[in-house]
Amino acid sequence: MSLWSRIAYAFRSDRLNREIDEEFAAHMEEAIAAGEDPAEVRRSFGSLLRLREQSREARIAGRLYNLRADLVFGWRQLLKRKITTATAILSLALAIGACTSAFRLIDALFLRPLHVAHADQLNVLVRQGPDDHGVPRSFDDFAYPNFARMRAAAKGQAELIAASFTYRTDLTYATDNEMEKGYVQYVSGTMFPTFALRPTLGRLFTAEDDITPGAHPIAVISYNYWSRRFANDPQVVGRTVRIGGNMFQIIGVGPKSFTGTEPGILTDIFLPAMMDPDVARTDISWVRVLAVIAPGVPHEPLRAKLDAVSLNYETERARGFVGMSRHNIEMSLQKKMVIEPAAAGVSRLQGDYREALVWLGVLVALVLLIACANVANLMTAQAASRAREMALRVSIGAGRSRLMQLVLVQNAMLAFFSAVLGAIFAWWAAPFVVSRINPPDNPAHLILPADWRVLAFGSLLTLAVTLLFGLAPALRASAIQPVIALKGGEEPRTKDRSMYALIAAQVAFCFVVLFFAGLFLVTYRNLSKQRLGFDAQNLLLIETTTPHGQSPEAWSQMADTLRTVPGVKDVAISSWPLLSGGWTGSISVNAAPPTDTWGYFLSISPGWLNTMRIQLIDGRDFNSADTFPGEAIVNQSFVKIFFNGVNPIGRTFEKVNPLGSRQLCRVVGVVSDATYGNLHEPLRPVAYVPFHKINEDGTLNPADGGAFVVRTSGINPISLAATSRRLVAKTNPAYRVNNVRTQQELVDNQSIRERLLALLALFFAIVALLLAAIGLYGVLSYSVLQREREIGIRIAVGARIGSIVRLVTAPIFVTVLIGAAAGIACGITSVRYVQALLFGLEGAAPSMLIVPTLVLFAAALLAAIPAVLRAARIDPSIMLRAD
Amino acid sequence: MKKTDAMQGSLDLLILKVLSRQPKLHGYAIMTAIKQTSGDVLNAEVGSLYPALHRMEETGWIRAEWAPKEAGRRTRLYQLTAAGKKQLAAEVARWYTVSSAINRVLQEA
Repeated sequence: MSLWSRIAYAFRSDRLNREIDEEFAAHMEEAIAAGEDPAEVRRSFGSLLRLREQSREARIAGRLYNLRADLVFGWRQLLKRKITTATAILSLALAIGACTSAFRLIDALFLRPLHVAHADQLNVLVRQGPDDHGVPRSFDDFAYPNFARMRAAAKGQAELIAASFTYRTDLTYATDNEMEKGYVQYVSGTMFPTFALRPTLGRLFTAEDDITPGAHPIAVISYNYWSRRFANDPQVVGRTVRIGGNMFQIIGVGPKSFTGTEPGILTDIFLPAMMDPDVARTDISWVRVLAVIAPGVPHEPLRAKLDAVSLNYETERARGFVGMSRHNIEMSLQKKMVIEPAAAGVSRLQGDYREALVWLGVLVALVLLIACANVANLMTAQAASRAREMALRVSIGAGRSRLMQLVLVQNAMLAFFSAVLGAIFAWWAAPFVVSRINPPDNPAHLILPADWRVLAFGSLLTLAVTLLFGLAPALRASAIQPVIALKGGEEPRTKDRSMYALIAAQVAFCFVVLFFAGLFLVTYRNLSKQRLGFDAQNLLLIETTTPHGQSPEAWSQMADTLRTVPGVKDVAISSWPLLSGGWTGSISVNAAPPTDTWGYFLSISPGWLNTMRIQLIDGRDFNSADTFPGEAIVNQSFVKIFFNGVNPIGRTFEKVNPLGSRQLCRVVGVVSDATYGNLHEPLRPVAYVPFHKINEDGTLNPADGGAFVVRTSGINPISLAATSRRLVAKTNPAYRVNNVRTQQELVDNQSIRERLLALLALFFAIVALLLAAIGLYGVLSYSVLQREREIGIRIAVGARIGSIVRLVTAPIFVTVLIGAAAGIACGITSVRYVQALLFGLEGAAPSMLIVPTLVLFAAALLAAIPAVLRAARIDPSIMLRAD
Repeated sequence: MKKTDAMQGSLDLLILKVLSRQPKLHGYAIMTAIKQTSGDVLNAEVGSLYPALHRMEETGWIRAEWAPKEAGRRTRLYQLTAAGKKQLAAEVARWYTVSSAINRVLQEA
């Protein structure tokens, strides 16, 4: 009989009974037909019922029948202790769900191979070396000409693909007034054929599209974008789209499975790398280099060859860097090429969240262990209360394996319900976390399919969890000694010891979770309390471009128009908002050689400093006659670094550009320090220069882009967004609004990762604390219950309440102490691995250890109170009469 | 006289042998075959025949199938499986060993 029909039999015993009856009936008919006495025949069957039972026993596998009985019995056991069961299931479900969510995120971002041919042979070229400040970093950006040389060098061994960093930009299918946003990526024409991707519609790029800069105005749109934007309209091929001044004709739609090479971003439009305006520039690094390395090609010689080619390129280029200090040139040439596997693709999101996700994974794993310990203790306590039942089962002939099965089945049911709930939790939680990554207007799009990978992980996890919390109670149940158990006296201590060990482990894990949560919370607090040096509130930023540039008069006229909007207090212009861009140069004072330290620059209009609320310490603000080169206002760090702290008003410095050109600036003012680009970095030496620029020949260089900084009088700045956008378009059609956002948004964006980590860590810390407290409460209550009689006797013979409390709580507090000590040790040893995620604090600082310890002990105290009260309230006269 | 006692332990052997001679028999036919070929000496009781049949089916020595009879009724027919044939050979060999041993003991006396 097949296994299936056995299972069917086990659950359909009615049918089985009918079949057996039918067979017997047929037998009787045959016998009677053969001429036997019907009464005799009927008698020969004797008790039909007994016979049927015998046959049934034979026909269905006993084991399966038992399994069903165990399931039913286990279900009743679970229902009998509703609160215990609900606690166990909920805590396990939360833990399993959190672990599965963490796995989904890690899998989607780092493990899941791209849907392309040879994903396992896909690598990315990275250069490791010091950055401008001498800090070791990885760089995955290359200039296109450098890429072209490397591609030629690798021919035959690896196919090199250039792929720009996917970015969100304005584009239009109609007129400039109907701009929309899209994610655009410039790629080598060879990318699609190398990945063996087939078009859904039309054609994809080929090597033919890699030839002439600027001569391939074509675009391929992704399937996802095609569905979202065009509702799968087949007429899309042939339409034109304008992106950054160029018209592109859509030639095809990519395959459904391919969403770009950057996990976290769904590319909408692919353009040929040849069409990037910077394709011929040797000084702008804008492509990632992906390498599909042919099977059997050793990586090291290839790496060395590419390293040499790239270094050669950079060295040639550096010969022209007469405006850069020797030290900085040497530092820029110290980079070493590395080939890193990139089967899952490469994205900035990976770099930003690698460590954060790993630590989040550690936290949820700890929470899972805490939950498992909890349930194991609950089960042990339950098994103890069932000792007599088990002993009875053994003495009437149940085998050890039957008892183990009984307990394991019950645990498996518990785990199963938890897994189902956990799956629902993970279904919701993983996308929730992804939606919190990145700013709200530019969310991360991580594809999170619930496929066999997730299912397999969840199943394995559930199995592991079942064994983790269920095996010990099952073994204990099977090892029961009926003689002792039925006598009613088993030494309770042996059992307690393992329960206390689990409590200690729980406390230790809980401490670690609390400790890390504290670190992440303080990091976020430090970051959001970081002094900006300007007032980010009530500032609206209207970022504009004017393709052919506009005169200073046009710029100030636009600012004047914006000033008339009700609710607007102040309007000023800068080339871009603070915290969103960068412009650097070496500094030379008194014609000295260029410095090693970089100076940072920002073009601003008169009144900008006041609009930003940056304090003018000395000198004056710009006026409309000031130009760059010409005048400059510097911050305090600039004075300290380049003028040795001496008052610089009236003195001059030169901005020295890498290729040697120098621009002379006279300092007219000194302002207080303000954050320039990144909240995480130290304050930079900044020179503010006038918005109006003059070319070397003395003619005016009309600005072709800038941000209007609008300070509102207390009203929410974003409420003015639509009005200002319309007003700009109406006032001067040459202006195009790229982006409208608030300065506060830019500030908040810099601490998104820290906020997310703090939020999740706090959540898990609360869960861990709650679970540990429940565990403590459970074990304490159990031990009081076990020792009720002993305590009753002690009270009867005159023990004071104090000594009873000590008796009950002493072992648990020793356990908590041991656990906390282990947790502190764990925390201190592991803290250096998270240092990169922290900001403004020393991980191992005593204050970071004290708070979690106190919280833990407070929770332990709280958890102990009910049991202590119960012990103190024991009435010996009732207790001793009980049995 | 109770004749079943003589068959204790050898009912399996008899059933397998009957089925090896003629496949696809129902329970009653097996019963009558044992009775007739043994010249009315051996009589398999219903109470031991069916449990034995179902046990052997479970073990995989015999296979059962439902066959339609007249008037929409069905009857369950049994036949040997490959494993059953092997088992039959083994049981037959064992039977001869045991019975010859018993014979020897009886003749010695």
